[in-house]
Amino acid sequence: MMAATRRRPLPVSIARRAILIAVLGYLILPMVAMLEFSTRGARGTRNLDAWVAIGSDPNLIDAIVTSLEIAALTVVGMLLLLVPTMTWTLLRVPRMRRVVEFLCLLPLAIPAIVLVVGIAPMYRFLNTFLGGSALTLAFVNVILVLPFAYRAIDGGLRSIDVPTLADAGRSLGAGWLRVMGEVIVPNIRGGILSAAVLAVALVLGEYTIASLLNFDTLQVVIALLGKRNAYVSVAVSLAALIFAFLLVLAIAYLAPGGRSRAPQVEEE
Amino acid sequence: MGSAATPQVLNGRAGVEVQLLDMHRFYGAVHALDGLSIEIRPGELVALLGPSGCGKTTALRALAGLDDLDGGRILVDGRDITHVPANHRDMGVVFQAYSLFPNMTARDNVAYGLRLRKVEENERRRRADEMLDLVGLAKQAGRYPHQLSGGQQQRVALARALAIQPKVLLLDEPLSALDAKVRRQLREEIRRIQLVVGTTTLFVTHDQEEALAMGDRVGVMSSGRLEQLAPPAELYERPKTRFVAEFVGLTNRVSGHARDGEVDVLGTRLPLLAGSEGTGPVKALIRPESVRVTPDESGSAAVVAVSFLGSVCRVQVELPTGELIGAQLAAADAADLAPAARVSVAFRPIPVFAVSDRG
Repeated sequence: MMAATRRRPLPVSIARRAILIAVLGYLILPMVAMLEFSTRGARGTRNLDAWVAIGSDPNLIDAIVTSLEIAALTVVGMLLLLVPTMTWTLLRVPRMRRVVEFLCLLPLAIPAIVLVVGIAPMYRFLNTFLGGSALTLAFVNVILVLPFAYRAIDGGLRSIDVPTLADAGRSLGAGWLRVMGEVIVPNIRGGILSAAVLAVALVLGEYTIASLLNFDTLQVVIALLGKRNAYVSVAVSLAALIFAFLLVLAIAYLAPGGRSRAPQVEEE
Repeated sequence: MGSAATPQVLNGRAGVEVQLLDMHRFYGAVHALDGLSIEIRPGELVALLGPSGCGKTTALRALAGLDDLDGGRILVDGRDITHVPANHRDMGVVFQAYSLFPNMTARDNVAYGLRLRKVEENERRRRADEMLDLVGLAKQAGRYPHQLSGGQQQRVALARALAIQPKVLLLDEPLSALDAKVRRQLREEIRRIQLVVGTTTLFVTHDQEEALAMGDRVGVMSSGRLEQLAPPAELYERPKTRFVAEFVGLTNRVSGHARDGEVDVLGTRLPLLAGSEGTGPVKALIRPESVRVTPDESGSAAVVAVSFLGSVCRVQVELPTGELIGAQLAAADAADLAPAARVSVAFRPIPVFAVSDRG
């Protein structure tokens, strides 16, 4: 009986490891292949020419900077739009929660090409005021990231008792802004960070809309580079993937519970 | 528990008078507050008692400024605060749900209200520690809410509410999430602290024992209205309405006949309380402790069941009319009673409430 009990964890452990290795292989093998391809030199040699070229191509640097700026603006816009709206909905009009959720999930159901057709006239109008800057892509990107960001922030809001915490803050003398900034936001930090990472990852990978609206973002430039120099194109793609991976790691570390903190509840 | 801080240090603000005047609140078709009026004296603890949905929490939230009123006024210390936002009312609130800010330590939670009032950091820390000492949690000042038990969290919440020296302390069923033992301990703690600080307090609960044990006066609410507001003993012994008589404490409904301000129950004439049904067949509402049961071979009643509760026993008796009533006796008096034993039943001649026989 005892022996059987002891033996049982072994197959589970093996299965776990097998799954982990399979998943890591699925994720890492393409990256290894990309690294291998981007470091190929003439006659079977290895070099870092493609990686060095990233830093020396002014178009590429501009595209990277532009994409990072768009990502930052998208994150700020998305958080400013979603966090107060979702908190207010939860506190004041909870019956509208489903409606807000539906609206936020809608971009998932609309193909990017349809979105572009619908949004192009808006951009012609916007460009007359904002001078056709690629940063205006942040507007449409905010809409694109809504479904993912909504889920992440909603998870954060569900993990705390927002109405009670807000009431407690107000009864102690905090206005709504302080309640948001000092009570709600710090306690949904995990959800906000997840939403931000998803937004950055999505913006860095977005190609269709940027290309159709003729903006030179990272993905558009990578695609163009791919036609001219496949090695540099793959090196940049790999760099973008590693950047997104590091971001996720950073979030996992910064999010509440990322650094293990065992609760020590004291009995009465 | 830690040592209690001195009243001189804590009692920075004397209790103030609170007047809730003709308050109305509608939630769709539901009339949650239906002309509720209560006056709370300076330094008094009033417990609002009632079944779920009777409007007691709505009344507390209206006083805190967390819910709006559709009609009526709220005066605190003579000042009309009906339209003052919650964050400018100076009310300390302890909620039913755990409400400590999870990202702050116990000390930071207690000091939060002081920070909003721009109290200097050292003073803030001193006062927060003093409050935590008052609730017996000085050693847990650096702990986060998830490192505290439920009872400790509610104590910190009480310290946080008191730290701002509120005009009024509002307690919205703060003990309902706790187990019975902690609940009893904390109930006594809250009452002790309230007497120390002298803050006018409104305590909302659906637990009769809690309300009767803690309140200087207890208000019983039903359907958004105040049925009766009286000291606990008066509320228990001289209910003014049928609802109060039936809701507060255990009550037997025994058939009788009312006439000339008295009711005849099994041959005993009991004085009727004001508001009772005055004539004809009635049901007299009689407390179990007012029922006397004595072993009697020729008695007309029979014991149905006996429950031992420690110092007292509950005895269920079947009357000759077929009605079942409960009696509460000292354990020693119930020693000779067993199921099926013949007994005689009598009632203490104290005033009772009577309701219509058809009700």
